[in-house]
Amino acid sequence: MDEPGQHTTNLLELHGISKSFGEVRALEDANLIVGMNEIVGLLGDNGAGKSTLIKIVTGFHHPDRGTITWKGKPLEHLTVQRARDLGVETVYQERALADLQSLWRNIFMGRERTTRLGLLDVGGMRDETERLMVEFLRFTSQAVTPESTVGSMSGGERQGVAIARALHFEAELIILDEPTMGLSVTETRKTLDFVRGIKAAGKACIFIDHNIFNVHEVADRVVVIDRGKTAGEFKTSEISVTDLIGRMQHLAETGSLDGGTPAKADA
Amino acid sequence: MSGLEQAPVGASPQRGAGANPVATALNAFFRRYGLQSGTVLMAAIIWTIFAIGSPETWLHRDIYSSLMSTVPVTQSGIIALTLTFVVIAGEIDLSFGSIMAVGTWVFMSCPQHELGLIAALAAGMGVGLLNGFIVVRFGIPSLVATIGSWFFWGGIVIVGTGSVGAGTSGGFVTNLLTGRIFGYVPAEMPWMLAFAFVLWGLLNRHRFGAHVYLVGDNEQSARMMGVRTGRVRMGVFALNGTAAAFAGISSTLEAHYFWPTVGSGAMLPTVAAVFLGGTSIFGGRGTIFGTFVAAFVIGAIEPGIISLNLTGFYTQVIYGAVIVIALIVQSAFRGRAER
Repeated sequence: MDEPGQHTTNLLELHGISKSFGEVRALEDANLIVGMNEIVGLLGDNGAGKSTLIKIVTGFHHPDRGTITWKGKPLEHLTVQRARDLGVETVYQERALADLQSLWRNIFMGRERTTRLGLLDVGGMRDETERLMVEFLRFTSQAVTPESTVGSMSGGERQGVAIARALHFEAELIILDEPTMGLSVTETRKTLDFVRGIKAAGKACIFIDHNIFNVHEVADRVVVIDRGKTAGEFKTSEISVTDLIGRMQHLAETGSLDGGTPAKADA
Repeated sequence: MSGLEQAPVGASPQRGAGANPVATALNAFFRRYGLQSGTVLMAAIIWTIFAIGSPETWLHRDIYSSLMSTVPVTQSGIIALTLTFVVIAGEIDLSFGSIMAVGTWVFMSCPQHELGLIAALAAGMGVGLLNGFIVVRFGIPSLVATIGSWFFWGGIVIVGTGSVGAGTSGGFVTNLLTGRIFGYVPAEMPWMLAFAFVLWGLLNRHRFGAHVYLVGDNEQSARMMGVRTGRVRMGVFALNGTAAAFAGISSTLEAHYFWPTVGSGAMLPTVAAVFLGGTSIFGGRGTIFGTFVAAFVIGAIEPGIISLNLTGFYTQVIYGAVIVIALIVQSAFRGRAER
C-alpha cells in the first residue's frame, strides 16, 4: 500500500473498484486514495474511467466490486445523499449555478436558510454571502454585491462561487471536474487560486483537468487512470511537470507509465 | 486563505459607472427593476392616452370601481399572479380557463356555498396537480399538456352540465367574494391585493419561491444542488389551478349566473398580463409586482378602446400586439443585461 498523505488515516480510500455497464468495462480493479487535506490530481484520457470513478465517490454509481472507506470506516452502500452528508461536494463542469439569480441565492441553492415554516432568512444569507465574498472570493469591487447575478460574472469567478459554496457547507472533499475547461488564462489562474484556497481551508480535493500543467501546479499527488485501471501515481514534489508529461506520453504509446525511474506506487 | 492577491474582479458589467455613486445606484436600480419600471411607465402612458381621449370616463371614479371588479377575476388578474409562478418555473399553463369552469361547476354542485368553495379549490388544485404530474412524470412540454387539459376539462364541464347554466344565490360566500366595501370598492380588489401580498411573500421570502426561480433558471443545476425540481414544478401547476378555481367562482358570483363556458375568454388577457409584467418566457425571471400592474393595464384596454369610440373588436388585436411587443422588449432587455 502506498502512503499518500502525511496522516495515518486517509480521508477516502477506494480499493479494487470494478464497474461495468453492460459489456463495457469502465473500471477494473482501480484504486484511489485521498489523504486528509490533500489535493489529488486525476489524470487520464477521455474514457479512461475518471468520471466513473468520481461518480462512484459521489454515490451516483455503485461499484460491482471493491471497497470504499471514509476516514478508515468502510462504507457499505454509498448513495448520493449519504456522500453529501459525509461532506463530498462535486463542483460540476456545468458549475451548477443559476445565471439569472443573485449571488446569495446561488450560494444557498437547495440549502436555503429558513424558519420551520420555510420562510427565508434573507438577511442572514446575504450577510453570510458578503462574508464569503470578502474572505474567500476576494470580490472587492463595489459593483459586486450579494444581489449581483452570477451570469454577470466571469468564468473564474463563477468557479470561485461554486467552490466557496462547497466550502461554506462544510465539504470535507471537494471534487472539481474540469474546472478550467473553456476558461481564459487569467480565469484559469483565478480558478487554480481557489483550488489552493481549498487546501488553505484545511479540506481535501480531487482535481480533474486535461491540462497537466494545471494539475501539477495545484495537486499534492497525481493519480493516473488508464483503461479502467490505476496506472500509477506521483507526488508532485518528486516529479517535474516535464517528467510527468513524458510519462503520460509513454503511457499513451506503450500502455505503461514506466518510462524511467520515478517511484511508481504499486496497486 | 491562500494569500493570493487578486485584482478587483467583477467590475465587468458596468465599467466606468463606479466613480459616481449616484450613477452606480441608478445603474443598479435599473438593472434590478428595469423591467418593472418599464411596466409602470407603460401603464402611465396608456392611462394618459385614455385620459386625454376620454376624460369623462377616465377622470371619473366609476371606471375604477368597474376595473376593480373585472380585473381580479373576470380578467383573471389573480390567475395572472399565480401564472407568474408557472412561467418563472419555465413552464406554461393554458388550461386555467377550463379549471375555472371545473371549479365553478364543483362549487355549483354543492348544496352549501362554504363547503362548495373548499371543494372547488381542492378540485382546482387537483386538476393543477394532474397537469403538473403529466408534465413532470411523462416529460411532456407543458404547452402541449395543458392545451390537452384545457380541451379535456372544458369538455367535461360542458358534458357534465349539458351546457346548461344556472343562477347563483346570495349569502356569506357571495358577499365575501363579491360584496362592495362602502358600497364602492368591490371585494375582488382586496382579494387580489391579498393574493398579491401572500404570493409575493411565497415567491420572494419562502423556500418554495426560491426553488421556483432556480428551477426556471437552470433546472439541472437546481436538481444537482438538491432541489426537488419535480415537486416544485407540480407545485406551481397546483397553485395556478387553485387560483383558477377561486377566480371562476368569484366571477360567476359577480355575474350572478354560472355559464358552463366561464373562463373560456380568460386565456389571452391573463397570459398577456404575465408577459407584459416582465416575466421571462424562458423562466427564471419575473415579479408579482410587474404582473399586478400589467393585469390592470390589460384590463383597461377594452374599456379604454370603447371609451375612445373605437370598436371593441380592436381589443383582441391589441392583446396580441401587447404580448408580442412585450416579448420583443424583454428579449432586447435581456440581450443588453447579459452580454
